[in-house]
Amino acid sequence: MSTPSHRLSLPARPALMGRRAWTSFLVALIVIAALAPVFNLMVPKESLFHLSDYAVALIGKIMCYAICALAMDLIWGYTGILSLGHGLFFALGGYVMGMYLMRQIGRDGNYKSDLPDFMVFLDWKELPWHWALSDSFAATLLLIVLVPGLIALVFGWFAFRSRIKGVYFSIITQALTFAAMLLFFRNETGFGGNNGFTDFKRILDYPIATAQTRMVLFVLTGLTLLGFFLFARWLVTSKYGRILQAIRDAESRVMFCGYSPLPYKLSIWVISAVMCAVAGALYVPQVGIINPGEMSAANSIEIAVWAAVGGRGTLIGPIVGAFLVNGAKSWLTVTAPEFWLYFLGALFIAVTLYLPRGVIGLVQTLSRRFK
Amino acid sequence: MRAFGSPLSRLRSLALIGLLAVASVPAQALTPELAQRIVRGETDERIAAIGEAIETPDPRTAAFLQALADEQVRVSKEGVIIVKGDQALDATSGSSRSLPADAEEVMLNNRLRGEIDVALAALKLFADQPAQRRAAAVSMLKDPDADRIALIERALGAERNDSVRSILTEARAAMQLSDPASATRLQAIQTLASSRQPEVLLLLNQRLPNESDAQVKQALTGAVRQVEDRLRWGEIAGTLFTGASLGSILLLVALGLAITYGLMGVINMAHGELMMIGAYATWGVQALFREFLPTAFDAYLLAALPASFLCAATVGALMERLVLRHLYGRPLETLLATWGISLVLMQTVRSLFGAQNVGVENPSWMSGSIQVLPNLQLPWNRMIIIGFALVVLAAVALLLARTRLGLFVRGVTQNRQMASCVGINTAQIDTWAFALGSGIAGLAGCALSQIGNVGPDLGQNYIVDAFMVVVLGGVGQLAGTVYAALGLGMVNKLLEGWTGAVLAKIAVLIFIIVFIQKRPQGLFAMKGRSAEA
Repeated sequence: MSTPSHRLSLPARPALMGRRAWTSFLVALIVIAALAPVFNLMVPKESLFHLSDYAVALIGKIMCYAICALAMDLIWGYTGILSLGHGLFFALGGYVMGMYLMRQIGRDGNYKSDLPDFMVFLDWKELPWHWALSDSFAATLLLIVLVPGLIALVFGWFAFRSRIKGVYFSIITQALTFAAMLLFFRNETGFGGNNGFTDFKRILDYPIATAQTRMVLFVLTGLTLLGFFLFARWLVTSKYGRILQAIRDAESRVMFCGYSPLPYKLSIWVISAVMCAVAGALYVPQVGIINPGEMSAANSIEIAVWAAVGGRGTLIGPIVGAFLVNGAKSWLTVTAPEFWLYFLGALFIAVTLYLPRGVIGLVQTLSRRFK
Repeated sequence: MRAFGSPLSRLRSLALIGLLAVASVPAQALTPELAQRIVRGETDERIAAIGEAIETPDPRTAAFLQALADEQVRVSKEGVIIVKGDQALDATSGSSRSLPADAEEVMLNNRLRGEIDVALAALKLFADQPAQRRAAAVSMLKDPDADRIALIERALGAERNDSVRSILTEARAAMQLSDPASATRLQAIQTLASSRQPEVLLLLNQRLPNESDAQVKQALTGAVRQVEDRLRWGEIAGTLFTGASLGSILLLVALGLAITYGLMGVINMAHGELMMIGAYATWGVQALFREFLPTAFDAYLLAALPASFLCAATVGALMERLVLRHLYGRPLETLLATWGISLVLMQTVRSLFGAQNVGVENPSWMSGSIQVLPNLQLPWNRMIIIGFALVVLAAVALLLARTRLGLFVRGVTQNRQMASCVGINTAQIDTWAFALGSGIAGLAGCALSQIGNVGPDLGQNYIVDAFMVVVLGGVGQLAGTVYAALGLGMVNKLLEGWTGAVLAKIAVLIFIIVFIQKRPQGLFAMKGRSAEA
């Protein structure tokens, strides 16, 4: 034994990803960006390898959900803050995009007016102020980030400054989402009331319903998911990410060490909210509708369960969880619709009781046992 | 509709007033000829004939018009006949007779129907019961028609009851509001200015834009202000009452949460579903009573109270034993697990009883209302629920403060380890306390079934508000819950008056978020070391 060293040695920054992870990442990239378009657009419909439009729509939708689950993992899995307001940010991103898509309809609506149909129906003569920038795509992209980001910033600043923690924070975020849902249900707020926005025709002047446009959106969503995954991985392996985890495990000790948790919590909260908003903005053109129902409490809690099912604090787990739960949902709601809520409810209970580390944790335990 | 016939019929009424002045006792009420004119001919003429018939109110006219409204009148050349079941009566003499072969049904259009309804109301002015006369006078005041001044005059002449008289006077004044002579209008306005009826305000405001005479207009504005001043107290009391009513419901909902969350630190997202179970238990008891004890139906609510408490408490105890027990100290996981339980409970109820709302009928002693002021009605069911909430509150407070179980619950809340050290079976206390909180949720559900719809998602409507009450009230003390529930109920209803329901709710939520900045632990924070636990 050499002389004991009293020097504090910090562990080196871990690699962004291991060799196997990079290989899987590249495979995913190739599948999304090259194979899916080829199998969907080039391979004839009769072929065994044809990827149906239904599958493209479904997987595209689930990839949006996966982005939400990833965002939830950053705030819940790594920082220990359970947000029940992520449905709000998702819907806000969706609404900003929806406003642009409504303007793209132009005069092709039922009333042949410059105004969106629901405004004609309400007998409005001009666009309300908050629609001012909605005809520009660049402004829309900016607003998708800015609007939810600002709301998250203001709300988070108030909440974290007064050290609202744990379930208090969860309940307050749920109340925030609930209030926003009530507001968006109103006709006079100018978001189409309980019908929301639908009947989109074009995006960037391309018709929105064609297989090609859908494929472009699909690939964009996939690339965003992969990009966000890399970004999240970079965040959590950095010193910043270590402090987040320290806050999760022992916030008081972090404070005693001289760190103020406020900027860390606030920044990860805003980052997470913006990721959700981007997911919402990608979701709306693919699904073709956005309404205040997206802000219901159930939706926000479901995001949490995707993360929990996959395994919190693993980044890949929530993505897997989103695919598993939503795959099961789209299968069960068709084959046994009354069974779906039983399944979802049992899933909530079973995961919290028996699988605190989610599917990924289960796989890790099993593989260790059989080694 | 009124505007078309009014100049002509006003002439007729004036003539009639003259006629009445000369011959105060008219010859006969309902002649066969008049009855024929009511059932046949042009609509305008028939309306005129109805007006003529009610100038001389007698029971037979009332019976005839009622039969007309109920479509029991047949007409033939020989006369007008009322058919009731297989009995046929002559409309004018009331004697029984056979139904002629050529009898036809009487045709009524909507305008005639409306006229008959008003005429029937007018006839009630001469009913035996003062309450009936009063109601008739109020309905005349609500829908004043200058044609009926003569009728009111005569009712006034016969009326001995002071309260009915004052309403009749107001009704007459209301009819004179559109009188051609400005002096008459001024006088009418003066009469109405001292009114306490909310309808008068509406009438005066409706008249305001149509008034051309400057002096009368000024008097109108003054009268509106006077009536508003007089009605204000009723309005304030009404708002306070609805606020107290909402507050009492929030209190009932939040009391259970105050135990499960406040005392035990368990976020129970299924709390709303436990209420739903209580409401369905009430519905079940009601169905049983209707089936087996229809004579004692009114008493079903008394049996439903323990039933709903026990059902919800059983489900709660099972939840605690099977799931929550394993999650203590992990509040976020508890939140998710109870949300899962709430989904399962909702879907179970949906599978068992259907997705539609089920009907829960109020017992007769809970329906109806008492009229405190002309514009303030207090429904019995709301008042009983306010009282019920107070009783439940007192019971819970007593239970926590005076019983052995309450002592143990408080002990475990304050310091679990120490409580366990002195020999309290904390696991058992957890189950009991959770069952108690769930049972109170069941009672809340029973109360809610009396004022709202009972369906699988009943609980969802209240759960966010209830959590707000607990957050605002602070953890660990019942007093905070009480003040927060009543305060939120009042503030919500007061704001609703200004801004509408949705904005009021949003304003309250923002208020709570800002409030928590100042007092992060709620109104009544626990002091000492346990506060940070």
